[in-house]
Amino acid sequence: MLNFILLIIIYIGIYAIAGIGLNLIVGYTGLLSLCQAAFIAIGAYTTAIFMTALHFGFFEAMLLSGLVAAIFGILIGIPTLRLKGDYLAIATLGFGEIVKNIIVNWDSVTKGPMGINGIPGPQAFGITFSAIDKVPWAVLIWAILAFCYYFVRRIVRSRIGRALEAIREDEIAASAMGINTAKYKIGAFTTGAFMAGIAGSLFAAYNQSVAPLTFDFMMSIMILCMAVLGGLGNNFATVVGVIIIVIASEIPRLVGISHIIPPQINQVIFGLILVLMMIYRPQGIIGRVKLNYAKIIKEEILHLEK
Amino acid sequence: MNLFNLPHTELLQHLINGLTLGAIYSLIALGYTMVYGILKFINFAHGEILMLGAYAGYFLYYFLCEGSQTGGFAIIAFVISLIFAMLISSFLGVIIERIAYRPLRKAPRLAPLLSAIGVSIILMNLAALFFGTKSRKFDYPFDNTALQLGNISVTPNQIMILIVGIILMASLKLFIDKTRLGKAMRATSQNQAVASLMGINVNFIISLTFAIGSALAAVAGIFMSMEFKLYPTMGQMAGLKAFIAAVVGGIGNISGAMLGGILLGLLETFGVVIIGIPQGLKDTIAFSVLIIILLFRPSGLLMKNIREKV
Repeated sequence: MLNFILLIIIYIGIYAIAGIGLNLIVGYTGLLSLCQAAFIAIGAYTTAIFMTALHFGFFEAMLLSGLVAAIFGILIGIPTLRLKGDYLAIATLGFGEIVKNIIVNWDSVTKGPMGINGIPGPQAFGITFSAIDKVPWAVLIWAILAFCYYFVRRIVRSRIGRALEAIREDEIAASAMGINTAKYKIGAFTTGAFMAGIAGSLFAAYNQSVAPLTFDFMMSIMILCMAVLGGLGNNFATVVGVIIIVIASEIPRLVGISHIIPPQINQVIFGLILVLMMIYRPQGIIGRVKLNYAKIIKEEILHLEK
Repeated sequence: MNLFNLPHTELLQHLINGLTLGAIYSLIALGYTMVYGILKFINFAHGEILMLGAYAGYFLYYFLCEGSQTGGFAIIAFVISLIFAMLISSFLGVIIERIAYRPLRKAPRLAPLLSAIGVSIILMNLAALFFGTKSRKFDYPFDNTALQLGNISVTPNQIMILIVGIILMASLKLFIDKTRLGKAMRATSQNQAVASLMGINVNFIISLTFAIGSALAAVAGIFMSMEFKLYPTMGQMAGLKAFIAAVVGGIGNISGAMLGGILLGLLETFGVVIIGIPQGLKDTIAFSVLIIILLFRPSGLLMKNIREKV
């Protein structure tokens, strides 16, 4: 039982890291990205390959995973971020499919559909992380989550965050105010991809194996659902969304009825969440904190007077 | 192998295969482009409408003639099933628009898009739940032995797909260009408010657009399940590629969707045989085409570049 709760806590942590990254892209900047799973896959495979074939340490591999995912974020970002919402959604969806296809077909590096097994557990602070003892994992993952949360919170409450929200509300008006929209959009995309890469790396190291079919379109949708359910454009709400969906999808296993419920039910529910939330409560369960411009301007004036 | 080493007959053979695939893409792309022309949003569930239409046709066909015969009665049953599939798809398309898109017509652009993705996932998984995930094959109602024309072999199925595809596309083009309803559709796509001031029932026109697009998708779905296979996720990749075809031709443009579909079908076929792209990476071709088109000619081949106004 305790093990099960720890497992849920670990998955919440991993998905929350990816979800906060996605929220920065979709919620704050208003770019619909459907390839968060591809960035997670890139992160997971980078970790898997560097730790098994090249014997890197986990933390080096994790940072590298984030960086590789971020580089792919820039690569896909530059050509596609000039696109409007719907086109961007399709292009990112296509990118996700391409990544999955390449992973499945590039046998010599990714071992194809079999995936990579036997990723060693990391060693740090005198502790060996293993599959048996989940407590160090939970602590590590939630520490990273706390860092990511704080990092994104700092971004969105700064000038950068206000620029991102301006782009979301009206891109033309934002660029008329002198915001370099391409730069901010690519920045948001890259940061989101970096965080997905970190999440993927944790995913691979914790499971000690990766398989390409885990990172399909449905995973992107699930993460999107988490952000939508909690409330787009609010990190706290995203974490709440992650908690609800992870618990809801793990409860059948806990109660022991998972073999009765076909896997499609989960996905039907994700679909229903998207449709119903959009029609009845587009701001999510928790909603979005409105910017208090009077306060911001006051602070800026105080800052200038100093 | 390159283009110049290929014997002419083989080239012609691939051309016919590519055209068949292209005709299917075109039929699907028309639905995307018509809806986009009027509502300016991507109907993500279009692929699932196609899939459900194909299942409807499949079940009726098997109900009518047990699926083992060919010949006169089977052909009649096939035509009835095809029409039934078109009706079911149209109905679905109209209902989905009512429930999931109409309440969001005035919402920010992200909302209908997310709603459409939701509908697509619901339908895909419900189909998997009720019909099973195994793939089925729609049997040919006629003898599908390939005909030898010189050194090229063409199956009767390919001929049917090409002929029916051309007839449907031509009649759609005529309908939109020549009839009153077609004119109303064009007016609605230019400016909804003014169109409704001119006495056009905009809601009816939008429903009609969904109905026509979905009916074409059902035909494409049946062709796909005859030429390839029938399974719950068949609409996903086909839908994506058809959308790319619509973008290549210029989204919102009817002739563009036809051209884009044919081009994409040819590119995929020739990409595999001539450039030697491995079969597993075939889907990559379409997405590369999308990114290239969006970079160099974002409004598509047949549309003029229009600068966005505030």
